[in-house]
Amino acid sequence: MKDYIKSLIEKDLRSDERKLLEWRKPIKVEIGVSKKAEGSAKVTIGETEVIAGIKMNVGEPYTDSPDKGVLITGAELLPLSSPDFNPGPPDQQTIELARVVDRGIRESGMIDTTKLCIKKGELVWTVFLDIYTINDAGNLIDASALAAVAALKNCVFPKLEKDKVKFGEFTKNKLPTKQEPITCTVYKIDNKFLIDPTTEEEKIADARLSIAIDEKGNINAMQKGGLIALTVEEIDEMIKIALDKIKELRKVLK
Amino acid sequence: MTYTKRFDGRKFDQLRPIEAKVGVVKRANGSAMFKIGDTIAIAAVYGPRKLYPSFLQEQQQAKLRCLYDMVSFSVTDRKRPGPSRRSTEISMVTEQALLPILDLSKYPGSVVDVFIYILQADAGTRCAGICAASMALADAGIPMKDLVVAISAGKIGGKICLDLNKEEEDHPEGATDIPIAILPREGKISLLQLDGNIKREELIEAINLVKKGSQEVYDIQKQALKQKYGGKK
Repeated sequence: MKDYIKSLIEKDLRSDERKLLEWRKPIKVEIGVSKKAEGSAKVTIGETEVIAGIKMNVGEPYTDSPDKGVLITGAELLPLSSPDFNPGPPDQQTIELARVVDRGIRESGMIDTTKLCIKKGELVWTVFLDIYTINDAGNLIDASALAAVAALKNCVFPKLEKDKVKFGEFTKNKLPTKQEPITCTVYKIDNKFLIDPTTEEEKIADARLSIAIDEKGNINAMQKGGLIALTVEEIDEMIKIALDKIKELRKVLK
Repeated sequence: MTYTKRFDGRKFDQLRPIEAKVGVVKRANGSAMFKIGDTIAIAAVYGPRKLYPSFLQEQQQAKLRCLYDMVSFSVTDRKRPGPSRRSTEISMVTEQALLPILDLSKYPGSVVDVFIYILQADAGTRCAGICAASMALADAGIPMKDLVVAISAGKIGGKICLDLNKEEEDHPEGATDIPIAILPREGKISLLQLDGNIKREELIEAINLVKKGSQEVYDIQKQALKQKYGGKK
């Protein structure tokens, strides 16, 4: 299988008949997976399916940012979504996924955290963003990052009464957002670059580079993975690919 | 005070609207979604696959292993991710509810893993999970005698009701909650739990109410399987 996929990629071909730099179809963003969530979304890329949801609460701010709300991002690679995932505490892959998604959102300034301050130094909003994989057919990072942004975009504040959240009651006020970071991960297999890998392609990839990019084309976060080192030229090429390929995801998000 | 009219206008023996679908998780050997009212459960089956570490293997038959959990944003007050005492107990009773219908003797040394996640919770989640799981097991082609139907019954203000929703469960006068799983062909019960306060006659009434309602769920489950596999309508 490994050799077969490699021999195809060598010829700029893929086992599902895509081009190397082509997303699987369909790419779908559905809003509102759970009525109980302040915001939620399901993203489908090919057969990969990920959901993200948001619950909000109030709490004390961090001492180094007394007037800013808090974002806490978590992920679970559900054993339901792949024969390779096991129940139990988060492993390295899970933690990396949550942190890569978190950094893209945080560093792009997507959430206007100063507007999440209720009483400076005392009370701020906490945004709990949780990602769950439903079907892992490859490329969980890009699907998760897209689901997270979609869920945040459609997130509303819950009701607040005497500094306590009235759970289950929502306001019409949207979470204040300023940016929409999109993440594209470019993979390297032998001397070829490709995006949106299947599980089999992911397993044989030499390296990957996840790049979160805001609406102005600024790079907000990056993560290199894999055991092979990259040259500067290769990194530059991968960024160019990502800048181009995120356009399609941005369209779906609108 | 008696409960004379249900909050959502249903009859006392009426189920909430139900949707069921098979094959919702492509990577799994079998999977299903079961929605009842605002409660949504998905289940996926992996296996029979080799069980490790090997001292856990059973020589006579495959082991059934169920895991029930809720996603953090399935409830109004965020649920901390990861297993809890509640989810551990529900995983166990789910296994016991499903085992009587399964024939696992063909696969000694293996495990059949059933993963159940609640995406949206509005009471009756363990029952929805069991309904989804039994469909997912059928989808995975595990030899089985029947499906399992699970519905909760309850008592609110002296009145026995079928399939409580969250608002009813949280009734200010208190509600007795009785999740029940039925094996439709044999008419037997493989899950029975109860919290609250109820008389013997009332409990029997509740069980009979669930038995009556189970036919409707059973038909929907079979229909969903037929939708994927064909067969006579």
